[in-house]
Amino acid sequence: MKEIEELDLPGDIYYSKEHEWAAKDGDLIRIGISDYAQDQLGDIVFVELPEPGASFERNEEFGTLESVKAVSEIYLPVSGEIVAVNTELEDAPELLNENPYLNWIVEVRPNDIDQYDELLSRDDYLAMLKG
Amino acid sequence: MTHGPGTNGLILEEPLLWEKGKPGRVAYSLPHRDVPEETVDQNLLGDGPEFTDLGELDVVRHYTRLSQWNFGIDTGMYPLGSCTMKYNPKINEKMAATAGLASAHPLLEAGLSQGILKLYYELEQFLSAITGMDAVSLQPSAGAQGELTAMLMFAAYFRKKGEQRTKILIPDTAHGTNPASAALCGFTAIPLASGKHGILDPTAVEELMDDETVGIMVTNPNTLGLFEEHIREITDIVHSRGGLVYGDGANMNAIMGVVDIKRCGIDAVHLNLHKTFSTPHGGGGPGSGPVCVTAELAPYLPVPRVARTDEGYVLETQSAESIGRVHGFFGNVSVLIRAYSYILSMGPNNLKKASQLAVLNGAYVKARLLDTFDLAYDRPCMHECVFSDARQLPFKITTLDMAKRLIDHGYHPPTIYFPLVVSGAIMIEPTETECKDDLDSFIEVFQAIAQEAENDGERLRQAPVITKVRRLDETQAARKPCLRG
Repeated sequence: MKEIEELDLPGDIYYSKEHEWAAKDGDLIRIGISDYAQDQLGDIVFVELPEPGASFERNEEFGTLESVKAVSEIYLPVSGEIVAVNTELEDAPELLNENPYLNWIVEVRPNDIDQYDELLSRDDYLAMLKG
Repeated sequence: MTHGPGTNGLILEEPLLWEKGKPGRVAYSLPHRDVPEETVDQNLLGDGPEFTDLGELDVVRHYTRLSQWNFGIDTGMYPLGSCTMKYNPKINEKMAATAGLASAHPLLEAGLSQGILKLYYELEQFLSAITGMDAVSLQPSAGAQGELTAMLMFAAYFRKKGEQRTKILIPDTAHGTNPASAALCGFTAIPLASGKHGILDPTAVEELMDDETVGIMVTNPNTLGLFEEHIREITDIVHSRGGLVYGDGANMNAIMGVVDIKRCGIDAVHLNLHKTFSTPHGGGGPGSGPVCVTAELAPYLPVPRVARTDEGYVLETQSAESIGRVHGFFGNVSVLIRAYSYILSMGPNNLKKASQLAVLNGAYVKARLLDTFDLAYDRPCMHECVFSDARQLPFKITTLDMAKRLIDHGYHPPTIYFPLVVSGAIMIEPTETECKDDLDSFIEVFQAIAQEAENDGERLRQAPVITKVRRLDETQAARKPCLRG
């Protein structure tokens, strides 16, 4: 497993306490999991995605990731409607291990864009990981 | 270094059955036919199954070799936490194979099945006595089905009372089957975080328990091997809000004859007979998960129920409030016979002593490995203890590496990465049937492995090295499973 210093944490996106990342793309927000999350989970073998069109509250579970070690819930860092899901992950869950930032999980139309600004910056997230 | 019983040995290769054999080989011979040949209705004829032709010796060697690759409690120590892989005395196997019981046909009428019905009836009485509960159904065929049965009963109970309850509290140390069983009954699982000592905090229950909540599912001792000390307070809170308490009996092996489950305020509990009451398990069955309930819930128990009348034992199928049948016939009967034989051969004092020794052994392993591994929650443990790989991670050695290395020494690895609340969990349940000498050997081997983690990490990352197959690629097996030859 990686040391905290070895983690790849881009500075131009935001993070949640549950280790998801969020990146604004026009009116939409793309959601994925952080390098820390994929590293902790280990080899991901199955991704359960929501249906496009489904709506979730902030911090509500919207899917699950199954690794060889455990099954983990993934939580939506901003409330909104799922506009698109990355179906590539269904056949190739290893993409999340290979590049967790290039390989987003869902695209959300947020109900309240302020929630995006309330997420953690790279530095805040790093501080949280260091405890 | 210290070495367990594992050594290199001659391991014989064996192909899959359909990769061996030759057309025309047979493993049977029909007896001389002394009746005239008859023609059979063409509609009843068809091609046989597509299967290779094998001789008797092919088949015998095949399964004997497979059995030699296997590892079980009769081979060596199997400290798989929360699974209670204890030795199952052979007397119970013998009893389960008794012709009169093993050959009893499930469709035989009650008048001709008095023996097995009496066994059901008395086993129910025994399980009542052991748990303190009022009524029992032996039908559920596994722990998870016992959970589901009880959840269906809870749902029926609230339906009868005209209450709409949709949520249920599930501690974060629970087995994954708990939320699954609740969800099948339409309840939403509300996660309940353990307190900082690894046990439930009554105030957390107080905050979440409302009149839309069915109640709580509690495993006691919990999966950290810790006794839920506040159980009475928690059950009082749940009852005061009109809820019910479910007890998951997965860890009953720690408390037989010691804890009165009804007096803890539990309304329904399942027992894993295959774990606690002596049936070899671990390959996915057969299991048995009887449900024991209070008198208040008894009317909802599955039918048929066995009853004693002046005319003998009968199966009662009529009950207005019953949730109905949850299993064909009467559950997994051979497991019930083993449990009955185990209880009778042990007697109440020895059952209690078994639990006491299970706890003593768990505490002994914990105490002796305390300096070697990071202990997740430093509290008196029950029958199992949960360490982690926190002290080995700086050397880039994980729980998985150490578990695999144990195999080289002839030990089945403990449960790993569960419970989820402990990162890199190593959950050791030695059970009461391991003697001190064997526990000491296991402990010393595990200590030596921790030394290797510091000095010779590569050896652990390569482990196991002396097994028939080396470390399996779990990732590839999960991502691209090969399910047929």
